[in-house]
Amino acid sequence: MDTLIAILIATVGAGTPLVFAALGELVVEKSGVLNLGVEGMMLVGAIAAFAATSATGNMWLGVAAGMVAGAGMALVFGVLALTLQANQVAAGLALTIFGVGLSAFVGKPYESVALQAPQVLHVPVLADLPVLGPILFSQQPLVYLSWVLFALVAWFLYKSRSGLVLRSVGESPTSANALGYPVIGIRYLATLFGGAMAGVGGAYLSIIYTPLWVEGMTAGRGWIALALVVFATWRPARVLIGAYLFGGVTITQFFAQGAGAAIASQLLSSLPYLATIVVLVLISRNPNLIRLNAPVSLGKSYHPGG
Amino acid sequence: MRFKLEARPAPSRAMRYYSPLVAAALTVVVGFIVFTALGRNPLAAFHAFFVQPVSSLNGVAELLLKAAPLMMIAVGLAVGFRANVWNIGAEGQLVLGAVAGGGLALYFEGADTGWVLVAIVIAGALGGMAWAAIPAFLRNRFNASEILVSLMLTYVASLVLSYLVHGPWRDPQGFNFPQSKMFDEATLFPILIEQTRLNASFLIALAVVAVGWVFINRSFVGYQMRVSGLAEAAARYAGFSAKGTVWVGMLAGGAMAGIAGVGEVAGPIGQLTPSISPGYGFAAIIVAFVGRLNAVGIVLASVLMSLLYLGGESAQMQLNLPSAITGLFQGMLLFFLLGSDVFINYRLRWARPARVVLKEAAA
Repeated sequence: MDTLIAILIATVGAGTPLVFAALGELVVEKSGVLNLGVEGMMLVGAIAAFAATSATGNMWLGVAAGMVAGAGMALVFGVLALTLQANQVAAGLALTIFGVGLSAFVGKPYESVALQAPQVLHVPVLADLPVLGPILFSQQPLVYLSWVLFALVAWFLYKSRSGLVLRSVGESPTSANALGYPVIGIRYLATLFGGAMAGVGGAYLSIIYTPLWVEGMTAGRGWIALALVVFATWRPARVLIGAYLFGGVTITQFFAQGAGAAIASQLLSSLPYLATIVVLVLISRNPNLIRLNAPVSLGKSYHPGG
Repeated sequence: MRFKLEARPAPSRAMRYYSPLVAAALTVVVGFIVFTALGRNPLAAFHAFFVQPVSSLNGVAELLLKAAPLMMIAVGLAVGFRANVWNIGAEGQLVLGAVAGGGLALYFEGADTGWVLVAIVIAGALGGMAWAAIPAFLRNRFNASEILVSLMLTYVASLVLSYLVHGPWRDPQGFNFPQSKMFDEATLFPILIEQTRLNASFLIALAVVAVGWVFINRSFVGYQMRVSGLAEAAARYAGFSAKGTVWVGMLAGGAMAGIAGVGEVAGPIGQLTPSISPGYGFAAIIVAFVGRLNAVGIVLASVLMSLLYLGGESAQMQLNLPSAITGLFQGMLLFFLLGSDVFINYRLRWARPARVVLKEAAA
């Protein structure tokens, strides 16, 4: 039982970068933009946060730096895909390759730097609850923030007027434009938000999850976040569940190795990637499900002025 | 007064050729700025990065050696990209090809005929094709995005390689290092130029490019692929098999990546190690785009990309900059290419706000 609780505690932590990145990408895709550069944005956010935190010793400055860096990368993507109307798939790939290169380059001096391990924040009364206490209420502050983000995103998309406008831009940009909404402007805002959130996800990885910098440390989490959005059929609650499921799969490999299971460590390490493929297959095999839930204009360039 | 992007009546042929050159030029310009910002003399840096690496015979040999896998993979990818089949997992297919070919090379330890090498190359192609067949199958059968599946498989592929060189295939005399035995002379590619590392895989790459050009531009299947990419509805109406397109697109890239992988491990590396490719699979995507998905362009772009690799190493030695600067330049090159590609179909216009003249309606 104790092991199970330990696994669940670790699962929440492992799923948090995915929560941030996938919720951000969800908002972006709801506006009709397909930003494949999540991996690059997460890495750049991670190194920016690491650099800021090691320079100032302040974790929150690091998170802010990650946000700004991620948004900056997203801005470049926005200029390419929204203003210059480049192919969104190619632009996203370019962003990833650039982000991987930029983060590796900037991160070289930081490779042997160690950060202070961050402190868990125990919620006063709730953390003493028998099972749920340690799992839900003895986590890093950013974990609690990720839940706040979830609530905000869910409320914004489905209960607010601006969210309705954003969704309409994603479903039918020509109609939204006819109603007078600035389609490209709204998509820019969504893209920047997605970049900031990916940056926070990366910052969580490099400051909190493993407080060090390694080239390419996201190890494909950005791509998993993209798959998560599809798996969740573009709904925030399912994104949250999916993120923790993946966190669980990621954690399992550590516990299985620690428990001395006779399975090769590489097979265990490949579980998150194989799981991603499996869930993609499961969700995609029903084309109607995808067609009903995916934003209609996803990935298509929008030409203002017709 | 502001800028406006206006659609051209017809795509500009001039820009189609100039766009990669513009992108390369912009990359160099920004490179100057980057070098200056890093406190290096830009001209010296430019020399160290772009000129120094190719100023000797060995340097040119290294240039061609790195360009070979890039042009091979890029041609294979171009077949798919032209049909909107996005094989992003070439890096993983390269690894699997190397595993297949390398495994055969280890099996043929002690052989001494030239045919062994042919078998290894074929094994490499089959290995890469097998790995590419997975996303192709999943896309055709389950409509799963081949981008995400092939990407996930790159991570799995490097884990497979890691498992093999740490475990079953580890050299017993290798001091516990994660590497396989060195391949025998007969299982290595013959060197083309003395005192260099340039080997016969370069000739294979040239042959692949030629075959690729013929396939894309002169074969019926290549025609089907091109039509599927340019006008999907027309292809469907003409009865071109969409599933066949996905298969050909993915397998072409997979086979080429597999052969490139064999070229690396049966060439300069000479054994299986945990890391056999400095990102050739991803760099080849850039090469394919910069080369305009066209055989001649790909050859030129692969030489440019190879120069960026060599330049990064040279920058590390001479300018004390991390060799990761290569990745930075590669990404920038693709960015600028996508940006200047826009001007093939659009042009920039200064737009004056329209002056509206109101007339009173006649009563």
